Amino acid sequence: MTPFKPVLLEAVGVPEGHTLASYKSRGGYAPLEATLTNKQPGDVVEMVKSSGLRGRGGAGFSTGLKWTFLPKDHPGPIYLCVNADESEPGTFNNRILMEDDPHQVIEGIILSSFATRATTAYIYLRYEYPHSWHRLQGAIDEAYAAGYLGTNIRGSGFSLDVYLHRGAAAYICGEETGLIESLEGKRAWPRIKPPFPAIEGVFRKPTVVNNIETMACVAQIARRGVEWFKSIGVPADPNNPRDPGSYGPKLYCLSGHVERPGCYEAPLGITLRELVDRFGGGVWKGRRAKAAIPGGISMGLMTEAEFDTPLDFAGPGRVGCLGLGTAAVVVIDEQTSIVDFLHNSCRFFAHESCGQCTPCREGTSWSLRMLERIRAGKGRLKDLDLLLELGNTMGMMPGSTICGLADGAAWPIKNAINKFRGEFEEYIKRTNPSGWMVTDPVPALQIVGAH
Amino acid sequence: MPVVIVDGEEVEIGADERLNCIEAARRAGKEIPHYCWHPGLSVVASCRMCLIETGQRDAATGKVSMVPKLVPGCQTPVKDGTVIVTESEKVKESRARVEEALLIDHPIDCPICDKAGECLLQDYHFEHGQPERRADIHAFTSRKRDVGPTISLFVDRCIMCTRCVRFTREVSGTGELMVTSRGAKEEIDVFPGFPLDNKLAGNVVDLCPVGALGDKDFLYQQRVWFLKREANVCGGCSAGCSIHTEHNQDTVYRLKPRENPHVNGWWICDEGRYGWHHLHDSARILEAGRRAASGGQARSAHAFQPVEWADVVSGIKADLEGAGRLAVAVSPMLTVEEAWMLCAVARGIDANAFLALGHVPVSEGDETFPGGFTIRAEKCPNRHGVEEVLAAFGAGGRTWHDLHDRVAAGHADAAWITAGYPSAWIDEAQAGAFAGLSCLVVQDLFDSPLSAHATWRLPAAGFAERAGTWVNVAHHAQSFRQAIRPPAGVWPEGRLFWNMLGRRGLYDAAAIRRELAGQSAAFAALAADVPPTGVDLRVRQLA
Repeated sequence: MTPFKPVLLEAVGVPEGHTLASYKSRGGYAPLEATLTNKQPGDVVEMVKSSGLRGRGGAGFSTGLKWTFLPKDHPGPIYLCVNADESEPGTFNNRILMEDDPHQVIEGIILSSFATRATTAYIYLRYEYPHSWHRLQGAIDEAYAAGYLGTNIRGSGFSLDVYLHRGAAAYICGEETGLIESLEGKRAWPRIKPPFPAIEGVFRKPTVVNNIETMACVAQIARRGVEWFKSIGVPADPNNPRDPGSYGPKLYCLSGHVERPGCYEAPLGITLRELVDRFGGGVWKGRRAKAAIPGGISMGLMTEAEFDTPLDFAGPGRVGCLGLGTAAVVVIDEQTSIVDFLHNSCRFFAHESCGQCTPCREGTSWSLRMLERIRAGKGRLKDLDLLLELGNTMGMMPGSTICGLADGAAWPIKNAINKFRGEFEEYIKRTNPSGWMVTDPVPALQIVGAH
Repeated sequence: MPVVIVDGEEVEIGADERLNCIEAARRAGKEIPHYCWHPGLSVVASCRMCLIETGQRDAATGKVSMVPKLVPGCQTPVKDGTVIVTESEKVKESRARVEEALLIDHPIDCPICDKAGECLLQDYHFEHGQPERRADIHAFTSRKRDVGPTISLFVDRCIMCTRCVRFTREVSGTGELMVTSRGAKEEIDVFPGFPLDNKLAGNVVDLCPVGALGDKDFLYQQRVWFLKREANVCGGCSAGCSIHTEHNQDTVYRLKPRENPHVNGWWICDEGRYGWHHLHDSARILEAGRRAASGGQARSAHAFQPVEWADVVSGIKADLEGAGRLAVAVSPMLTVEEAWMLCAVARGIDANAFLALGHVPVSEGDETFPGGFTIRAEKCPNRHGVEEVLAAFGAGGRTWHDLHDRVAAGHADAAWITAGYPSAWIDEAQAGAFAGLSCLVVQDLFDSPLSAHATWRLPAAGFAERAGTWVNVAHHAQSFRQAIRPPAGVWPEGRLFWNMLGRRGLYDAAAIRRELAGQSAAFAALAADVPPTGVDLRVRQLA
């Protein structure tokens, strides 16, 4: 395998790498100027479409295809929303990009706006990223001063304003329609679809929502070409007509019980084991891994035996996970209790459920309370079946919720219990020796006295 | 015509109708349970109770392809060939799970909850829930707080359907209510200092599918299963909103809006909603009386000698016939039928009787809300109807002021003033004009300055005690029956006039209505049975 040179992360470690001067010295903004003078928006859409770039935010939908869903000949305005509400546990690749190479992101935003004919772009930044906020705002100011933003960019006739919007720290704001609602100043309750944002998004106008890393990829595709992008990654599976392939470099966020946690750039399709061993320096303290989250907590769990799965868009799904997600790998060593892991996961989703749909609102809360009871030594084996039923029935995929948050809450439950059922059973029997086998129905409510 | 297949049964829908699955299924007699969806509010599809299976039948091959996952019936529009399955195992299991989820945090305090008996959570649980509770979470809290002067929120009973929140945003446009917190800790609340006190606020209680929002006016007054309801019309203003009068043993306990797309949609205003208390006011005039010889100018009851109703019928007639020139105020609170009979009675006594519209109470101006609902400035239900009746008697366009001026100028010897207003309507100065008449008949709910000059003091009926037809501001006529009997000793106006016309039996509003439809083109539309939502009087005229 040829040694892989980081592209998205090329500015990392470069002194003053976040500045406009540094970015330009690395070839930045030249492709933008060329595009603005020589190309039509349709050319950029075609370029991104043919590159096979898939959204880096989690769902992995084809970026170019998403852009084509915008209504043709719309009088405007059309909006571009850049999702920087990076709140999937374990994920921090957007932060690295925004802090260390903000101009790469901004160039991607300008190119994408040009392609989609958007004249206003909003960056929805999560609250907890003050450093990113300063860096991004600084870069936006620099870009305005240099004429890359504002009216009539570099004399091309194309105008774009970029606004940096800081969220108020809620996981659900990362869901694209939740983000749109929040951006409009409302409670971030995801919208029912249709209409999809491409038809009716921010302020009821056509809107594209893309991830920060996707924007960086667009900038790199413009600079290095479609061929370069397609030379990296995993081609489409010829036996699966629904697999468009996983091309390009990807930022993997490696954390948890590894020797060297960090954000690493690798070609899509690297196996989890290679990522842990080659980049992460192996599992920490010489221990063995028990499991890992392949792409953010909502993607579920991989057991150690499944570590040879390639981390491309199709890989994790083959071992029962939800997908690649944000490629945030969290390694769990052999001394960690899966019961504790699941409790933590349920606590997160119960806290972050927006509360709109009944199955998610009550399901995430109920699963947390069951886990709390199990950890308090009052678990029963039948709880595991109940948890599994919850996991199997809540979410967008069975149709019981509006957005995918519940699917994300369900997957860790399903994976943890299906893949580590023995550990759960052992835990329950050990901590509740007298009651683990109880299968009686819940008694009726006690009669409440004076209240 | 497009055809929708509901549980295997084909139902035709209108070619240009835009129905969702809930509405389409209803056409086939299938109820898809739902909480958050309401036809008068935006669709949020968040309660997930209406999840169903849908599919599409291919027009050419007749082959049905089903959508693999469940979809919310409220959010899914139907078109030709849409297949709706409302009773599959998958759907039933989904409903049972939603019902189970909603009950996890619910206090299940039905015995002390006012909503019990008309609660969707209760009804759906019996119909769709599972018999066994699997969540061993025994949350019993019943926190209550006021969200406005008229409305209490029982926080823990709430199922977060957000109908109330959407109402204040979309219909009243006031936006007092909001959702606070997140996930299972969510609550409905108001911002401190901005209580839910808009003029349509009471509707959120009707919208609430569970016992979370309680109307303080009704709270703990009556269990709902004791209430009987009568389709009625609000008499509070000229909008003429369709209502249900809910009563028990001749006592009204609450008014509820009755859905009527031609008039009020699904809503009524609070003024109308709480505008029934005067019916049970102890100050009401409760017996007919003629001024005693020693009565002087007093307006109180003991200045009058009680008279049996049978004697009232003949007594008034004799007094008025003896007095001479008669002027009659036909109150806009009367029904069309009552007004018609009154005019006939008056012309029978004095063929040249001066007929005029009674006093029309008016407030500042019409008030229209963002959702389109309008509260009218004219605080009487039947000005249009009475005007048409007067026109039929050749007295069109005459107003209360014409009558007042006529009496003040001495062009009348006797007057018969029908009123029936729920609040004070005439001052001493205005009433003074009637002082010199040789006979004054006053028919009202309460004593007023006019009573001081009355020869006859007769009680009037309240809105729920009448039967007949009111014509609202948009010429929309709605007929209704008597909801409750008036207090003992009170004859509704219709009964008195009926008897004065020498008719046999009980006052029959429908019979009068048919006669009047035959005699006056303006009321031709009333010839047939009037549907519960009423008829537009202008339609037949134009045709």
